[in-house]
Amino acid sequence: MAVQTQTGGAGRSKWAIANTIVLLYALIPVLWIVSLSFKPASSITDGNFIPREWTFDNYAQVFGVDLFTSALINSIGIAVIATVLAVVIGTMAAYAVARLRFPGKGLLVGISLLIAMFPPISLVSPLFDLWRGIGLFDTWPGLIIPYITFSLPLAIYTLSAFFREIPWELEKAAKMDGATPLQAFRSVIVPLAAPGVFTTAILVFIFCWNDFLFAISLTSTQASQTATVAIANFTGASEFAEPTGSIAAAAVLLTIPIIIFVLFFQRRIVAGLTSGAVKG
Amino acid sequence: MSVQATAPAAETERRAQGKRPRPPISQGARSERRLAFLLCAPAVIIMLAVTAYPIGYAVWLSLQRYDLRFPDDRGFIGLSNYATVLTSGYWWSAFAVTMIITVISVAIEFVLGLALALIMHRTIIGRGLTRTVVLIPYGIVTVVAAFSWQFAWTPGTGYLANLLPAGSAPLTDQVASIAVIILAEVWKTTPFMALLLLAGLALVPDDLLKAAQVDGASPWQRLTQIILPMMKPAILVALLFRTLDAFRIFDNIYILTNGSNGTGSVSILGYNNLFRAFNLGLGSAISVLIFIAVALIAFLFIKLFGAAAPGAEPERR
Repeated sequence: MAVQTQTGGAGRSKWAIANTIVLLYALIPVLWIVSLSFKPASSITDGNFIPREWTFDNYAQVFGVDLFTSALINSIGIAVIATVLAVVIGTMAAYAVARLRFPGKGLLVGISLLIAMFPPISLVSPLFDLWRGIGLFDTWPGLIIPYITFSLPLAIYTLSAFFREIPWELEKAAKMDGATPLQAFRSVIVPLAAPGVFTTAILVFIFCWNDFLFAISLTSTQASQTATVAIANFTGASEFAEPTGSIAAAAVLLTIPIIIFVLFFQRRIVAGLTSGAVKG
Repeated sequence: MSVQATAPAAETERRAQGKRPRPPISQGARSERRLAFLLCAPAVIIMLAVTAYPIGYAVWLSLQRYDLRFPDDRGFIGLSNYATVLTSGYWWSAFAVTMIITVISVAIEFVLGLALALIMHRTIIGRGLTRTVVLIPYGIVTVVAAFSWQFAWTPGTGYLANLLPAGSAPLTDQVASIAVIILAEVWKTTPFMALLLLAGLALVPDDLLKAAQVDGASPWQRLTQIILPMMKPAILVALLFRTLDAFRIFDNIYILTNGSNGTGSVSILGYNNLFRAFNLGLGSAISVLIFIAVALIAFLFIKLFGAAAPGAEPERR
């Protein structure tokens, strides 16, 4: 684990080996579930890493079940709405934290820090009881509200770190050149702030998409059950069929949006993840 | 407001920093203040309404006999739910399992994460690829990854189980199950640890390392005497967040073993009391105890190791 500084052939091949190990580390469990999803029922228990025969049956089966399709729609809808709201509310607060002077800034930051450390299981029993009382149990808002709460700290940290890097003097300069406040905001500030807001949105979406504990505790029917819960509750097409193939196919479908985000926005996700935590 | 009760640390911080220097406020400063309060209000209201109020409500529920199967038999019973939980073997075994998983997985993650951070920091060939690939475990849904591990260790189905001697089924044995749970946890969260450490690594000046090398410091000396001390703030933040996160482990265990064979964490215990036993009173007592445990861990980290709360940072600028 020493710091290598040597260059040349030996050093280079060492790095190649290190990188290959990292690649295998990250990809093997993912490739395994992909492989399972393409195995036909007859050979799913053969334990081969690469399928001997390939089939799309598992995918057809997953979409044949109402439960999964509705769960997928719930997952997408809930995650998108929670992301939009969290980013809007977070942007407002982060702007104040990054640009305005006001008493209580430390308090706001302290509250978000506490929530970032808060154990969600502690909220499950009271929320379960409260939501049943006010009719939010097993509804979209019943999940959207806790998701917003728990992603706000992330949103506020990330956004305020980004906002502190924006050269706000440009806004003044644009106004001096004769732009109206709205024009200055639209054509100067928005383009500068957009990457940070977008990055935050990706991180918040991944957080909501990933949630399992709230989803399994605060939902009970197709009305709001998300895909993570649906997978966990999968049973086979018949009582005697092992649901392995269907679970694998559904798991791959849940992974696709994440892979797309990672492939296209790798740089931004890294910047966003590290900006809030270590140094702005 | 109920803020004082939940955030005493933040409150004193505010007093120290906000109230002491108070020159007469100008018109502009006052309107700036009003704007700031308006902008922060929605975030503060929703964060408090969904955490502070329910945790207070959980404390209230935990003092009652409240079994959802016998809703009429509800009544105030003081601390006896806590007595029931704290004298039960289930709580302490779940607590021990949680601590074991937390300590071992955070320790492994730290070592692996540091190695990964050094690789990402130093490598030139394939840098973009490495950094992209590393994000996949971070981004992937925990439930999905847990299923991948479960199938991999299922005898017959899995490529890993088939490497074991015939007849062994790791997910039916306590020690082996915990090892698989730790493996799943480490796989998923090491990249996050590595990224936090990478950001700290970027703050170590290269010149300093070169100078040390010229002076004859070995790679190991450079790591332990220059890099690690300079990364201390980043390391503490990463460890604090991962420890708290590991302590609330739920998804991986739920999928891999569902808490059977003595592998349940405190979160699993709380969940089962609520949704299998329908005992809201006991479930709430467990929730409150977990909350207290997490608060203690955070407090110890910040007091003992001086982990700078990352939130303190924006205030300084």
